[in-house]
Amino acid sequence: METLRFTYSGGLPVGNQAAATLVGVVGSGNLEILVERQSLAGACEVEVITAAIGFGTIWQSVLDDFFARHGLADIRISINDVGATPAVVSLRLDQAIASFLAGPQ
Amino acid sequence: MTAMRNWNSQAEDKAARLTRAAPWSRGKHVLAEDTVALLEAILRPGDRVCLEGNNQKQADFLARSLAALDPEKIHDLHMVQSVLALPEHLDIFERGIASRLDFSFSGPQSLRLASLLAEGRITIGAIHTYLELFGRYFVDLTPRVSLVCAQYCDAAGNLYTGPNTEDTPTIVEATAFKRGIVIAQVNQQLETLPRVDIPADWVDFVIVSPAPHFIEPLFTRDPAQISEIQVLMAMMAIKGIYADYEVNRLNHGIGFDTAAIELLLPTFAAELGLKGKICRHWALNPHPALIPAIEAGFVDSVHSFGSELGMENYIRARPDIFFTGPDGGMRSNRALCQAAGHYACDMFIGSTLQIDLAGNSSTATLGRIAGFGGAPNMGADARGRRHASPAWLKAGREARAGRNLIPRGQKLVVQMVETFREHMQPAFVERLDAWELAESAGMELPPVMIYGEDVSHILTEEGIANLLLCRTDEEREQAIRGVAGYTAVGLGRDRLMVENLRDRGIIRRPEDLGIDKRMATRDLLAARSVKDLVRASGGLYDPPKRFRNW
Repeated sequence: METLRFTYSGGLPVGNQAAATLVGVVGSGNLEILVERQSLAGACEVEVITAAIGFGTIWQSVLDDFFARHGLADIRISINDVGATPAVVSLRLDQAIASFLAGPQ
Repeated sequence: MTAMRNWNSQAEDKAARLTRAAPWSRGKHVLAEDTVALLEAILRPGDRVCLEGNNQKQADFLARSLAALDPEKIHDLHMVQSVLALPEHLDIFERGIASRLDFSFSGPQSLRLASLLAEGRITIGAIHTYLELFGRYFVDLTPRVSLVCAQYCDAAGNLYTGPNTEDTPTIVEATAFKRGIVIAQVNQQLETLPRVDIPADWVDFVIVSPAPHFIEPLFTRDPAQISEIQVLMAMMAIKGIYADYEVNRLNHGIGFDTAAIELLLPTFAAELGLKGKICRHWALNPHPALIPAIEAGFVDSVHSFGSELGMENYIRARPDIFFTGPDGGMRSNRALCQAAGHYACDMFIGSTLQIDLAGNSSTATLGRIAGFGGAPNMGADARGRRHASPAWLKAGREARAGRNLIPRGQKLVVQMVETFREHMQPAFVERLDAWELAESAGMELPPVMIYGEDVSHILTEEGIANLLLCRTDEEREQAIRGVAGYTAVGLGRDRLMVENLRDRGIIRRPEDLGIDKRMATRDLLAARSVKDLVRASGGLYDPPKRFRNW
């Protein structure tokens, strides 16, 4: 296992309706993503625990693009990865943010 | 005075061999236990032998018998066969019974083939496509003896090859009409055959094998294993290529990517109003995944290279769609379906293992000699094609726009890959492993499955690159990098140039196609399990045991 941490700043705050959201599953080739509001002085913090070691630069690129797409502040994202491809990671992140912003159903 | 040439030496040679075989046969019939003796009576060292090994049906009993010959008596055979699938296919080289090989595909035996080559126990003449090898059966690789496989024979020696006819007619024709010897293993002798696929006077010996021949269900894809990314890619294929080019005549590869497309026809494509406008005629094995599209009325016809286990009754019940005989059962034919796929289809779409910066693609990996099969003939522009269709004309226009060239069409050849395969193996590379394989195996050329010049589109989860519209090598390279995701090749893109290519429609992202990525869920699949496929067939599809989990 490898733990990777990324911090982004300059994002926009999210509305009040957003509630902690969990998407995905912990299964081979897949991942689980938890999105939570937290006071982080405007930062967006991402913690990745991954079974695949040595892909830090790819995670950096995937998350850079993710932040460029959504740019959120005061958000903590926790990822449990079991060898998902970047395509799956991006799709799950977009799904997670979409349901997070939609708020409790 | 010069001696008169004997113009009939092949027939005399055949007669002499048949005389030697006489003690082991009663008419054309030979007992299974006499097979080794029969082969030793008929074969001579150095003979060119075709052992029927297709990618599905295997003359497995004859393969075992051939591998049991005494190499003191029979050695240095030259094997000409389309597929090396069984261990016995290589045992005959290991035992010194054969020494030379011309073939097309060796998927299951590719590792062992490479090591036998490295040990110098096998000499490879060439690796072919199916059509190329079949062509050579009639030119310079005509078999002296062919060992083929049929389902049934009758007393006269007529053969019924049934749904899995595959290569048999081609092999038998090349052999019988050049006075070679044809030996067939059959599962059973019947009083009356359902139909005659091979007439008795083209067959010299028939042997009822101790067990039915092996058939591999190679084309069954369990919908349960299709991922959301594959659904997304299938949506892009349908909207960005099938609909845009009005693709009506096509061939699909064997993988889950294209199975996802088949399963999206009755749902996503139908919602787009594409029924009757795309995917009407197929050169395709009877894929179980196509059942929902057939049932939804998308499909007018399917001609097949081979059959697929479990599809027999479904095919019988849908004679308007499939090519079936007067007995009601399907007849496949690999050579004719390959010709159909090459000349009569407007599109090939399939997956691959590696794509380089010029769009060349290869399934070769170091230490394995897997060969080509039919993909290069499906995935190549048919330079001899002369008839027009909307898809072919549009592709030709795009490739030729702004160039001072006489108008002509072009085949759509689509490579559909996820940017990373399992275990984070990148599908995009600077240099194909094929180069290294060629060097280590002493090949004259790197084994390229589909040449970049024939590829029209590359489709990944990131988007579609239309290579027809690229005008320079640099544009082409950036178009490929622009859909290569987070692979090193993708990360090495020139972002400005890729954005420019996107503005010009050379690269199209899901959002450019009006596809919402979040809609890409398995709910879009018309069948989500093998059981769903059985249900869609009205209970006619009878999947092999390994695909049943209920």
